[in-house]
Amino acid sequence: MEWLITYRFEVAAVILFGIGFMNLLLRKNLIKKIIGFNIMDSSVFLFLASQGYIEGRIAPIVVDGVQDVSKYINPIPSGLVLTGIVVSVSVSAFFLALVQRIYKKYHTIELDELLKIMKKEED
Amino acid sequence: MSKHRKPREAKEQKSLWARFSSWVEGDEPLYEKSRPLRKDRDTLSSSGERETDLSRYLLVYHILAVFICLSVTAVLLVTVHSLPLFGSPDNPASNEVVERYVESGLQETGAVNIVAGMILDYRAFDTFGESSVLFLAVSSVMILLMRDKNNIDLEEDTLTARELLMERKEKDIILRKVSFIVIPCILLFGIYVVLNGHLSPGGGFSGGAIMGSALILYSVSFGMMEVNRFFSLKTFRAITTCALMVYAASKAYSFFTGANGLHTGIPLGTPGAILSSGLIFVLDICVGMVVTCTMYGFYALFAKGEI
Repeated sequence: MEWLITYRFEVAAVILFGIGFMNLLLRKNLIKKIIGFNIMDSSVFLFLASQGYIEGRIAPIVVDGVQDVSKYINPIPSGLVLTGIVVSVSVSAFFLALVQRIYKKYHTIELDELLKIMKKEED
Repeated sequence: MSKHRKPREAKEQKSLWARFSSWVEGDEPLYEKSRPLRKDRDTLSSSGERETDLSRYLLVYHILAVFICLSVTAVLLVTVHSLPLFGSPDNPASNEVVERYVESGLQETGAVNIVAGMILDYRAFDTFGESSVLFLAVSSVMILLMRDKNNIDLEEDTLTARELLMERKEKDIILRKVSFIVIPCILLFGIYVVLNGHLSPGGGFSGGAIMGSALILYSVSFGMMEVNRFFSLKTFRAITTCALMVYAASKAYSFFTGANGLHTGIPLGTPGAILSSGLIFVLDICVGMVVTCTMYGFYALFAKGEI
């Protein structure tokens, strides 16, 4: 069980991913689904950032002209997380706009009520 | 089309390829439209039966969802167990690419902040894609929520009108005084973060978000009309498109000359100075402007349906 401590960030990311995924699938409220989706996003960022970390090194900003690989952490995951955050913001804004349109049309954002309305409209 | 009409028997015999090619030309459907599967049952079933249908589907869905979630989490946990050691310097993620970025990034990009040098020089087109994604997101939200002749909601319009009236009648004096002091500080800090993107943590995205929050606070405390005096849909369009076009043009120039071994003529400056690192300084400002407009645009569209 020691690996749970060693890999604490990755384990936390996986658990957060599970929580977000559960929210995404099981919640009936569409806004809560989007919140679950955002939790999943954050877990992925945590995982990526933890992969770039190297014990005892500092952030990759050159101090005093020292340009040695053994002094700085891995800068690539930081850039990837930046991309991910931007895309996550855009996607959740788009989702929320869609939900607002759905509410205006059907006056509910509960998924089971929406399904019932859709069944009724099919007939 | 009609001269090639064949009897029905011949059509049955046609090969899949022939059917596909005629489908591409739009003559006939790829497969015969099968009759709706549940038609016979629909005529018999009452609405009560359909209700139980739906609830049975939901039960199966819930069981499957819990099962899938737990199994995905378990598989990922097992994977975490066999990852390379956390925080160790020789895990496969830190390879020769990282070495190159750290050891010669300062000479090649002129940016002290290696992450900024990476995302705005080595991988600048990736960041251009990010800015475009933000622009596309705000455009699609605009398509969905903008108030126009196709998207009218009388109920909500009366509500906003009443809010506007209240806004004009009773001014929230505490909010206004506090934001009068705070907003310039937030804006200044945002500009600082954007302009220091190549020297310190920060850059276009974070600084743009800070400036956007200042605009949102201004709009909350003084009303949307006040913001519209200097930030209307027209300025929004002008700023975002100009910033994206400047980004695309300057980066295309530097990539073109760089790929052909030409001299770009852009001075890199002394590392650590505010006016250094060549294009990164300009690109940071462009990204910051796009992000500011996007953040405020999201707020305005969700709150009132207009910018």
